[in-house]
Parts: sequence; structure tokens; C-alpha cells
Amino acid sequence: MVIEETRRKRLDRGIKVRTETLYALSTWREMAYLIVPRTVLILGLLLLPLILDMYWQRVLCTAGIYAILALAFDFLAAYVGLVCLGGALFIGAGGYISGLLNAYLGWPPLLCIPIATLAGAVISTFVLLPCLRLRGIYFAIVSFMFPLFAVHIIVALNVFGGTEGISALAILPNIWVEQYLILGMIIVSLFAIRRLVNEDIGLILRGIKDNDQAVRASGISITAYKTKAVFIASLMGCFGGAYLSHLYGWLGISLFAMDFSILPIAACVMGGMGSLVGPVLGAFILTPMSEALRGFGQLRVVLYCLILIGFIVYKPEGLMNYLQRKYHQFEYWERV
Amino acid sequence: MDGEALLQVKNISKSFGGVKAVMDVNLSLFKGEILGIIGPNGSGKTTLVNLITGFVRPDSGEVLFKGKKITGIQPHKIANLGLTRTFQIMRPYHSLSAFKNLIVPLNSPRVRRSRGGRLGDRDAVAIDILEEIGFQRDAYVPYKTASSLPLGYLKRLELARCIAMGPEIIICDEIFSGLSMAEIATMVPVLEKLEMEGVTIMMIEHRLRELFRLVNRVIVMNFGEKLAEGIPEEVMKKQDVRKAYLGTEVDNVGG
Repeated sequence: MVIEETRRKRLDRGIKVRTETLYALSTWREMAYLIVPRTVLILGLLLLPLILDMYWQRVLCTAGIYAILALAFDFLAAYVGLVCLGGALFIGAGGYISGLLNAYLGWPPLLCIPIATLAGAVISTFVLLPCLRLRGIYFAIVSFMFPLFAVHIIVALNVFGGTEGISALAILPNIWVEQYLILGMIIVSLFAIRRLVNEDIGLILRGIKDNDQAVRASGISITAYKTKAVFIASLMGCFGGAYLSHLYGWLGISLFAMDFSILPIAACVMGGMGSLVGPVLGAFILTPMSEALRGFGQLRVVLYCLILIGFIVYKPEGLMNYLQRKYHQFEYWERV
Repeated sequence: MDGEALLQVKNISKSFGGVKAVMDVNLSLFKGEILGIIGPNGSGKTTLVNLITGFVRPDSGEVLFKGKKITGIQPHKIANLGLTRTFQIMRPYHSLSAFKNLIVPLNSPRVRRSRGGRLGDRDAVAIDILEEIGFQRDAYVPYKTASSLPLGYLKRLELARCIAMGPEIIICDEIFSGLSMAEIATMVPVLEKLEMEGVTIMMIEHRLRELFRLVNRVIVMNFGEKLAEGIPEEVMKKQDVRKAYLGTEVDNVGG
């Protein structure tokens, strides 16, 4: 009896030459191969508001905030080796600064948001600075503490509106500005970070993730570079926070809610760690799903968890890593 | 001769809990020489390297580089002075291709300064360094991901990381271990070339035969203390060295 055995063979498409940044393109077909996925992503995000109704447009804005947080988390975790649960810290810092500037000084949101993004990032980085020596889970725990601290300080001292918060802040002009502001920011940050991780600074950061001792032995201060990375991530997070306070015209201690630290991780698990675009898509899938499951009441969380566990068990690499592999490699069955 | 020493270690000690890893060690490293440091496992060789390069702080004693005290300075600052080291356990930046590994040292303040602040084509510089150290450019070895490189290349990559700094001293921590005779034979010229270029080298090694062909002087360590110092042939004749390092029964050793 003859048993025919086959095995799956994978072959890289010969588009990339030597490194991640060099391409050899000779035909329109090959150019399309690179351009199409990027165009689909950008156009998809930009066209999304046009096909949604009012309710889902609001959901899209919230999803955008989680997407930008997920991107920041993925950047720190997969390219710097810092598991940062400080998402709520970034949102809180950005949201409070922007909201307070608006409430006390009466500045318009479109001025408050950039200022809060920058100031919030400086403060967040400064706060996280002493813990940069920690690695992995220890950094995660400490960064998780700061939002809780902030809440207790605000409540105990009864400053910045205390437990009530401050309402009736100026909101963004209309729903279209709201949507395209966050979507534009996501696209810009996404491509900027993708570029950054292949530049020299990005290579050093990846070096720190792989072996920080060797980076120190190469004469580079790892604290300085980690600080830069955290600053970049907090810029994204604080923008999200500043935007959020003007989306609802309200600021309060729920800006420091744990959701902002946790949901980005779920988005990363689903979308694929390290792919950068994956977590963004993950957030755009998870947030609306969480809304859609609202009808199930308490069961919502259970279903939510089941979906996540499903991903962890069956597709641990995440959606985007899987799709990218399928896209970049030929696969065929070969007779042995 | 003391005044000319490029690197001086004075009465340095370090204990981890109750274990005295390095006890009261003195040594001098002179410009242009290759110094070997040998000793049984656990005799404090790697700790000594960590103490010199600032990765571990000494309990007492000091390290002088060109007459200036460098104890207590952060490792990256010591590296920028031109005192570089390899690691015994190689962990390259495995997600990067081999030549991209060198972009990290090429971005150090020391290299920036030597190039007048302009870095130029780092990739080309990195590939040149790798080619010189034995990565065949034609076979695309420099472009391979570091995680896919065999051991011999990883050791070279460690050395290349130091060379990229344009160092004055390279401390090699067991750079021959795990390599075949053939692989070592191709590494030796690289080290000899460095010596000719005026780089001072300190080698920690277990492969005595190969080491003794390279070094001018050797220091033997045992239980954290310096046991002997001198030219290899004489040191290996000493009774206590044989006893500590090789066992009592061996009667024909060394190069």
C-alpha cells in the first residue's frame, strides 16, 4: 500500500529585499500588492462615518479612543518591552488638563486639546519616570496604580470637581469634526509609529526589549530612550483623553477608569501583538461588539470573555499577524 | 610600569550575600597587550568584568581608566569612554537582522562624537564591520535575522558590537566557548588584527590552548582571588595553579 504524504510548504513573496525597509518593485502588480492593503485601511477608516447612523457614529468615536490607546500599548509592549497599564493615567491626565483649561480659562477645545496632549504627556512621563527601571510585570503593576492614586487624590482633596466632576464643557463643533479628528489622528499615529520602529530610535528601542544589558554596553542610556518611548505613547493616550472630555463635554474621575487600561490589551490580543495595525482593528471590533452585546445585560461580559478566550486558544498570534502571514507568503501542499 | 597602565583595578571586592565573588583583586592592563584571565567555574571572572564595566558596583576598591576613577559610573558612560565588553551569554537583538544590531552602538554618543555628530550611512558602516569580522556579504549573512544565526556568528556579532564603538579596550567574556576548532581558527586573526590596530584586549577564557597562542600575560583566579600572574608557560608550571584549575593529577598542560 502506498501512502501519499503531503506537507504544507511556505514561500515568502520576493517583494522585500534584505531588510524590512527596502523593496524591489518592478511591476504595477507588485506596487498594488503593497499599496492596496494600506489604501483599504485608510479609505475604510475614512469612509466608515458615512455609512453609520448617529448612534454608531458616537460608538465609532469611543472606539477611536480605545484604538489609539491600543496602539500606544502595542508600541510600548512589543517594541520597547514595557507592559504599560497606564492607559487610564494618560486618558485622565489629558482629559483633566483639557477640561480644566476649558472650564476655568474658557479656551476653545481645539486649543485645549493640543495643549493638554503635550502637558499631559509631560506629566505622565514624569510620573512614570521613577518606575522605568522596572521591567515586565513589575512595571505593569506600578503603572496600573497611578490612575487609582489620582482618583483618591481628587476625591480626598475635593479638587477639580471632586467626585461630581465638571460638566458643561465646550464640545467639538459637530459629529463630523468629532469623527474625523480621531480617525485622522489614528491614521497619522499608526503610520508614524510604523515608521518610527524602523528608524534608528526604533531599532534602539527594540534592542532594549531584546537585551537591555547589551544596549547599555553599547554606550546608550536605556532610561533616556525608555523615557522618549513613554513620552510618545503618552502623547497618543493624552490626546485620547483630551478628546474624550470634549466629546462628552464632561470631566470626572471615571476618566481614570480601568477600562482604559484593560481594553487596549484585549484589542492587542485580538488584533495581534506587534502588528500595530492589529490592535487598532481590534479596538474597532471590540468596542462596537461590547455595545452590541449590551442587550444581554450581565451576560455581556461572559460573551465578551468567551470571544477573547477563543482568540487566545485558537489564534494566539492575533488577527493581523495571521492575515499578514497569509498575505506575504505562498502556501501550497507538496508531495513528500 | 604602573604609570602606563591603561586600566587599573585596585583592591576590588564584591560579595553576593555570603558568597565572596571577588576578593581584593588587583590588576593592570597595559596599552596594546592581550591579557588572559583564566580560572575554574565560579572563580569570579565574569563578576570581575561586571565590576570593571560598571554593571555591578563593588563593595570596596576602585577601577581607574587612564588614571581616572570610573567606579560608580553607569555602564553606558563607561562604554562611551571606550571600555567595551562582550557578554558570556549572547542575546542578540533577535528580532533585528544582524547588521541592524550594530545600529545601536553606532548611535552611541562616542561614535557620534568621533563622526562629528553626523552619522552618515549607518547601514553601510555596519555591513563593512560585519564583513571584516567574517560575515560573508555575498552570502547575505549580514542581512539574516539575528535569531537565525548559528553560534559562531553570534559570538562574532558580540565582538562586532564592541568594534562598532571604536573602543580602546575590549573585554571578551568567553568568546571561544562552544565554538569548534575551525571556528576559533577564524576568530583568532580578527583578534590579532584588533591588537595590531592598537586595541587592548582582555580575554576571559576556558579554552587554554587557543588562549595561550594569543595572550602576552595571564592571570589565574580561584575562589574570587588572584592566584597567579605572569606569562602563560610559567604560570601553568606553578603547583597551586595546577591544583586549583586542573586538578592534581595532570602533568602535561598548556600550549
